[in-house]
Amino acid sequence: MTSLPVEWLEKDRRKLRVDASAFSDKAYEIVTAACALVVPTLVVAIAVAIFVAAWPAFSKLGFSIITSSDWDVAAGHFGAAPALFGTLVSSAVALIIATPLAIGIAVFLSEFSPLWLRQPIGFLVDLLAAVPSVVYGLWGIFVLIPILRQHVMPFLRDTLHLGATPLFTGPAYGPSMLAAGIILAIMALPYISSVSREVLMAVPRSQREAALALGATRWEMIRDAVIPYAKSGIIGGIMLGLGRALGETMAVTMVIGNRAEISASLFAPGYTMASLIANQFSEATNDLHLSALMAVGAILFVITLIVNAIARWLVWTVSRNRAA
Amino acid sequence: MKALKLIVPMVLALACAKGDANNSGTASSSSNTASGQSVDLTGAGATFPYPIYSKWFSDYAQKTGVRINYQSIGSGGGIRQLSEETVDFGASDSPMSDAELAGAKGGTVLHFPTVLGADVITYNLPGVTTALKFTPAVIADIFSGRIKKWNDARIASLNAGIALPAQDILVVHRSDGSGTTYIFTDYLSTAVPSWKASVGKGKDVKWPVGLGAKGNEGVSGQVKQTPGSIGYVELAYAKQNGLPIAAIRNQSGQFVAASVEAVTAAAAGAAKALPANTDYRISIVDAPGAGSYPISSFTWILVYQNQRDPVKGKKLVDFLNWALTDGEKEAVTLDYAPLPADMATTVKARLATINLSGAK
Repeated sequence: MTSLPVEWLEKDRRKLRVDASAFSDKAYEIVTAACALVVPTLVVAIAVAIFVAAWPAFSKLGFSIITSSDWDVAAGHFGAAPALFGTLVSSAVALIIATPLAIGIAVFLSEFSPLWLRQPIGFLVDLLAAVPSVVYGLWGIFVLIPILRQHVMPFLRDTLHLGATPLFTGPAYGPSMLAAGIILAIMALPYISSVSREVLMAVPRSQREAALALGATRWEMIRDAVIPYAKSGIIGGIMLGLGRALGETMAVTMVIGNRAEISASLFAPGYTMASLIANQFSEATNDLHLSALMAVGAILFVITLIVNAIARWLVWTVSRNRAA
Repeated sequence: MKALKLIVPMVLALACAKGDANNSGTASSSSNTASGQSVDLTGAGATFPYPIYSKWFSDYAQKTGVRINYQSIGSGGGIRQLSEETVDFGASDSPMSDAELAGAKGGTVLHFPTVLGADVITYNLPGVTTALKFTPAVIADIFSGRIKKWNDARIASLNAGIALPAQDILVVHRSDGSGTTYIFTDYLSTAVPSWKASVGKGKDVKWPVGLGAKGNEGVSGQVKQTPGSIGYVELAYAKQNGLPIAAIRNQSGQFVAASVEAVTAAAAGAAKALPANTDYRISIVDAPGAGSYPISSFTWILVYQNQRDPVKGKKLVDFLNWALTDGEKEAVTLDYAPLPADMATTVKARLATINLSGAK
């Protein structure tokens, strides 16, 4: 009889503790779920806002905003084809330059580099990602473009006789698709090389040892055992770099020459969608002009979405093939 | 000795602090009596007059305690924000169009010219030290790609005695929408009929040739780096950076190099032809007068005729009165051209038409 209250008390306390932990678990779950929901909500909100603002242009201009090359604000013509072309080409040039370089850096750091060199080089490469893009732009104007105009462009065109191909013809002014591609390559490089280095270092030792045990040279070991294993991660890194290149605005605006024309030559100035918006948004008063710029933003949004979807699909197929 | 070294700066600091306190005390008390709180004005718009406006705002705040917050977001943004009534005044390098005026939510918008700006033509021709001379038609043909070489007969005939190279001309224009481009294309559209028909005027136009660079600094950077290039930048920017400047033939047939005086002269020349009831939405490019520099323009502050808040409205009118009187004198120090004196008087008289009663 006397012991009963104590027992009750004990039981209550245990129950209480269980309740408390159930409550805190629940609260924790709700808080983290709310955090996770912020991002999808934001993405949807941004997409809706852009498409609503872009709608007048889409309904009035239709497909001509993608297919026409005539961007003439005074006449009310808004054809963003050169900007679309420039975004895709400058990003492609950037990847063509950056990918081999970045994978080379990653392979060296993970396979060959002495330990004392690995840290400083890795740090410096990562540091490239922290440089503000306007600094890249200034460097592009004052260092890269003079070198391109005086040395690189004449060398490619005249010394190597690449002027015979449509890619390297025309006068060498400096600001050009090539300059934009090189700047973007430098900016995308740290993303690709950092991710690649991490995935290469994560390849199990057994993978390497097995290849070496079969009599592979070091090169064969890296080519046949290490890189295939890390492929999906490397592709992920490349897509991250591509995302950076597609959206970059400031540095590109400063070196691309801002000319709304489609030219096969990399020496010719070009335009990108992000530059077009950055250049014209602040002084756009006309409703259709504003809406057309929003439409360009919406198209850029869709392109990045498609690029990300392709990246997912690539990573998925590559990892499935490896499993099989 | 050591103690003295410590004390002197402390005393000085105290004295300064006391002075500041006195200033801000009188300043805030004056604005308190006027409004009951330290209400300040907000404005937004053109980037071109920002250096002189910010000097005006800081001088005016020191003098009267009225603080004015100005965002130099571009003329387009200024007009939009004024139309939405999110700022007390706007500022623009190009006058509002009739459609924009009709779209303003707060009723009638008045244009008050404040200072003048001008575009100059700058170029990079190694070995050429004398200032080049151009006519409007030659400028239009260069910027539309019809004149392709520096030694073209039409340039050579204007510049006898200067050895022009057989070099390609590289045109550099602004890539970002800007009042500078508006003034330049407004000038070419006014002075050269074929330009009006082909390219037209605007803050962004479809350039037939050339490279686009962002901002005055982008254009001048590109011109400085590229032999054979030509571009247009603001007068103040060109003067502060010592760029070569071309002389341009005005309506009276004189070749005039850009200067603060020549720009004010252009405004005076244009002002003579103004009707008494002008709304000041006027272009002064290609202005008459022997000493007028032809690529000149006003920049405007935009104000609603009917002020909703009488206190703020009064402050705005007081500020504009001060700016058009004392502020004008400071313009030259920053390479802006002041309004001609008699014009400043008529503009000030127009401030009286602002309705401060708060009624619509």
